[in-house]
Amino acid sequence: MTPPVSAPVADITGPAAIDPGIEDVVANSARNRQNTPPNDQTMVINMGPQHPSTHGVLRLVVEIDGETVVALAPDIGYLHTGIEKTCEAKFYQQVVPLTDRIDYLCPMTNNLTYCLAVEKLLGLEIPERAQYLRVLLNELTRIQSHLVWLGTHAMDIGALTIFLYCWREREDIMRIYENVSGQRMMTSYFRIGGLALEPPLDFYKQVQDFLTKMPARIDQYENLLTGNPIWMNRLKGVGYLSAADAIALGVTGPPLRASGVDWDLRRDMPYSGYEKFQFNVPVSDVGDVWARYVVRIQEMRESLKICQQALDGMPTGRIVADAPKIILPDREQMKTQMESLIHHFKIVTEGFGVPAGEVYQAVESPRGEMGYYVVSDGTAKPYRVHMRNPSYATLQALETMCKGRLLADVVAVIGSIDIVLGEIDR
Amino acid sequence: MYDPASAITGKQAVFEAHPDNAAVKALAALATDAKYDRAELTVTVTRDNILAAAKAVQQAGYNFLEDVTAVDWYPSEPRFQITYHILSHSLKERIRLVARLNSDDAAIDSITPVWPSANFYEREVFDLFGVHIGGHPNLKRIMMPEDWNGHPLRKDYPVEGYR
Repeated sequence: MTPPVSAPVADITGPAAIDPGIEDVVANSARNRQNTPPNDQTMVINMGPQHPSTHGVLRLVVEIDGETVVALAPDIGYLHTGIEKTCEAKFYQQVVPLTDRIDYLCPMTNNLTYCLAVEKLLGLEIPERAQYLRVLLNELTRIQSHLVWLGTHAMDIGALTIFLYCWREREDIMRIYENVSGQRMMTSYFRIGGLALEPPLDFYKQVQDFLTKMPARIDQYENLLTGNPIWMNRLKGVGYLSAADAIALGVTGPPLRASGVDWDLRRDMPYSGYEKFQFNVPVSDVGDVWARYVVRIQEMRESLKICQQALDGMPTGRIVADAPKIILPDREQMKTQMESLIHHFKIVTEGFGVPAGEVYQAVESPRGEMGYYVVSDGTAKPYRVHMRNPSYATLQALETMCKGRLLADVVAVIGSIDIVLGEIDR
Repeated sequence: MYDPASAITGKQAVFEAHPDNAAVKALAALATDAKYDRAELTVTVTRDNILAAAKAVQQAGYNFLEDVTAVDWYPSEPRFQITYHILSHSLKERIRLVARLNSDDAAIDSITPVWPSANFYEREVFDLFGVHIGGHPNLKRIMMPEDWNGHPLRKDYPVEGYR
């Protein structure tokens, strides 16, 4: 522990910091070994970074006593690409494709958060139709991300069939993405001020088909898993996290709600028109891996409801705000009108200036609170872009959830917090 | 469009415009500057008071630490701006705490005694900005390798890295 800079404040009695650090785990284990007979000695093992159940490149240093986890420390940074630094060298509109690559399982949510943050800096009003389309695509993204979580989580635990079923439905959403944006994964479909393109004509029918068949498919997953005794034994009572610990360790999203904290940014601090939609926020106060499974399954059903409302109430009108100096003009206008041609040229060559200031915009991503902190110094390039990613904070709670449990449960717990290493390392 | 005149700046003006805000009440003695811009409240405190300020807003109902990060204002002084975003689940409000550090003494106290979740964020600030975090339980690089030269998010570090 490093010594404090200023005189310590006397009356602070918060909970102790929990993550012990890799060196501490190794050193502690070596100390234990000196004083204990060979039969009682603990062992330090490495899990990852090339372990299939760590969902990317997470390295865990685990101290085990037999099969029981004594201490655990995550080691991250294997996927660090310096996206925050890169953002500082790009124009505001050029940052959108970078945001996709942070959390590759919810590209639309990343796009939305960044665009909302810059729109807040600019003070832009977004047309209702663009808001509805953004909500619709975001909820499809949530379902898609939860399908990946369910498939891989079940596969880690040994239920291989469910993986293929989840990928089947995910493929439908990928086709919707491709139809609307031309890309399956790195969509970059949202723009500062609205959306990139008018969705194609068969888009609504495609979404409606998906919404019609999906509830029965979720029933199918539940038939395979919810009553399954092996599934129940592996999940129930494993990886407990109390509400107080969840808040102290910065846990957000489904793991926070599964620990009994009724908090959802879509409902409590609405953005992008979420206040116009009716939906329930599933909460459980059990706090184990099973509760997280139940909460996410319910969330998929609620997302379907929001999608249906967005589709039914889809307003007419423009998909971009009325701001010719910020939004690229229509192709036809650009070829026929001098003004539009000048705007197009200026936006493409020198970007657009954003009034100086700083904003923090948070949205509820499939994994929890995703926040973008954007600082502008008045030029066409962001002075600083920082992403607050849900998995990064949730990872800190891993030790609390795994300590004193079996090594095999670590795999179940990692699956249940649904981490994406791309957004942790950025 | 955004109107710069809508921003309220200065401690006095902000505290008069929002007298009922829980964070404003809690930080009345500690704040040195304040800003209310784009519906977001920013309160600046001195470096030595950051731990006391964190404790004060926690007691005022701001129970959830969302984010800790830094901004490098190189070459102007004070160079580093450490930013804390704190959320209140009960009030449904957010506050931004800011502390400014000079480049010759870039060090600040850890707020892990108040919120253990600051652990990773402060390590990130240490790693990428080279700001020393005093009282941190495990102050090591988190993103970059241990033997890396320099702090990538500083403004005097080239975007393409040192070749």
